[in-house]
Amino acid sequence: MSEVVLDASEQGFATTRLEDLLGWARKYSLFMYPFVTACCGMEFMSLTGPRFDLSRFGAEAPRFSPRQSDLLWVVGTISQRQAPVLRRIYEQMMDPKWVLAFGTCASCGGFYDNYTTVPGIDKIIKCDVYVPGCPPRPEAVLDGLMLIQDKIASGDRRPRTVKPREDPAELLPAGRRLNVLKEPPPKRFSTKEDA
Amino acid sequence: MSKAALEKLQATFGDAILETHSDCGDDTALVKAESWKPICEFLRKDPQLDFDYLVDLCGVDYPERAAQKQRIEVVLHLCSIGKRHRLRLKARVGSGEDEELEGAEIDSVTSIWPGANWFERETYDMLGVTFRGHPDMRRILMYPEFVGHPLLKTYPAQRTQPLVAYRTEEEAGVPLEKQAPFGDDEGLAFPRNDHDRDAEDPRTKLNPHKTEAI
Ligand code: SF4
Repeated sequence: MSEVVLDASEQGFATTRLEDLLGWARKYSLFMYPFVTACCGMEFMSLTGPRFDLSRFGAEAPRFSPRQSDLLWVVGTISQRQAPVLRRIYEQMMDPKWVLAFGTCASCGGFYDNYTTVPGIDKIIKCDVYVPGCPPRPEAVLDGLMLIQDKIASGDRRPRTVKPREDPAELLPAGRRLNVLKEPPPKRFSTKEDA
Repeated sequence: MSKAALEKLQATFGDAILETHSDCGDDTALVKAESWKPICEFLRKDPQLDFDYLVDLCGVDYPERAAQKQRIEVVLHLCSIGKRHRLRLKARVGSGEDEELEGAEIDSVTSIWPGANWFERETYDMLGVTFRGHPDMRRILMYPEFVGHPLLKTYPAQRTQPLVAYRTEEEAGVPLEKQAPFGDDEGLAFPRNDHDRDAEDPRTKLNPHKTEAI
């Protein structure tokens, strides 16, 4: 899509579908609303900081009013008591809007399997992309953001989950590895395959 | 260290002190619930004891003691900053099976240590102990619509009381069942929801918290 538009700037016109053009324009100008409730917020800070630099993806400006934003980041544990607040924030956002569940708690309740935690924000609002991890690595969240961008461009509203990546440290030549264990750590849990 | 405190308590209150011990160096006194407030006042005011710092106030549920009207144990931890000693005070209140508590009441110590205010509200919220004379006896963590007291051993581990009704698949228009890795087991060797499983199930043996009733 972007090549088409770039070509068009040389030649004067291009033909495309309106949705495609809108999708292309929207995916690089996401205004985010961070709904940060728990420890995942720490990883969110590093994500927006200079090292991982979310602004490279056009999702730079946080809006602290849901009415001005189109990407809701749910970062952290959502308790039952917060559920009405989250629901209301979501309803205040204007269409089109997207939701990213940051971390295991927002995605499924995480290890809080009890009277007070909502088992995943999809129980109360729509969710587009789930990012697993407790907390997720910033790279995983960037993957999630790119997944959202793909979904915006293609108009696909089905929920998607970020797939685990390989550890980049493992891919480095041995001499350049920093603090990587030579052997895998001992197994703490037996898995289904062992049984 | 402050064995002296225990001795002084026993000398002053006699029968109201039911038991004392100093296991692991923690001086502990089990007292009658009726004498809770006079004892606390004494501990605060006595110049030798001078317990000026309330460390913690909480409760423990022992359902098997319900018949003796001793189901909930209210536990108070005190410390004296000036005299450098500590004391743990306990009282047992309440009876009742399941989630219905009867007579789970004790005097509030908020007038002695203002810091007890929120601790007492939390104990009320989680275990249902009412504190007489508390200025603001409301729930503090759970929402007002919540029914029951979640830290009672008889509160079902799987019971939730959502404020917002969960979406159904029809409303959502997309499948709501969790995709990997958010399934039931989350990659562990045992499923998440096994609190209420049969105790014979060998997998629950992995849970060290499941012990016999004392
Ligand atoms: S997923 Fe982990 S890090 Fe994130 S909010 Fe939940 S407990 Fe905290």
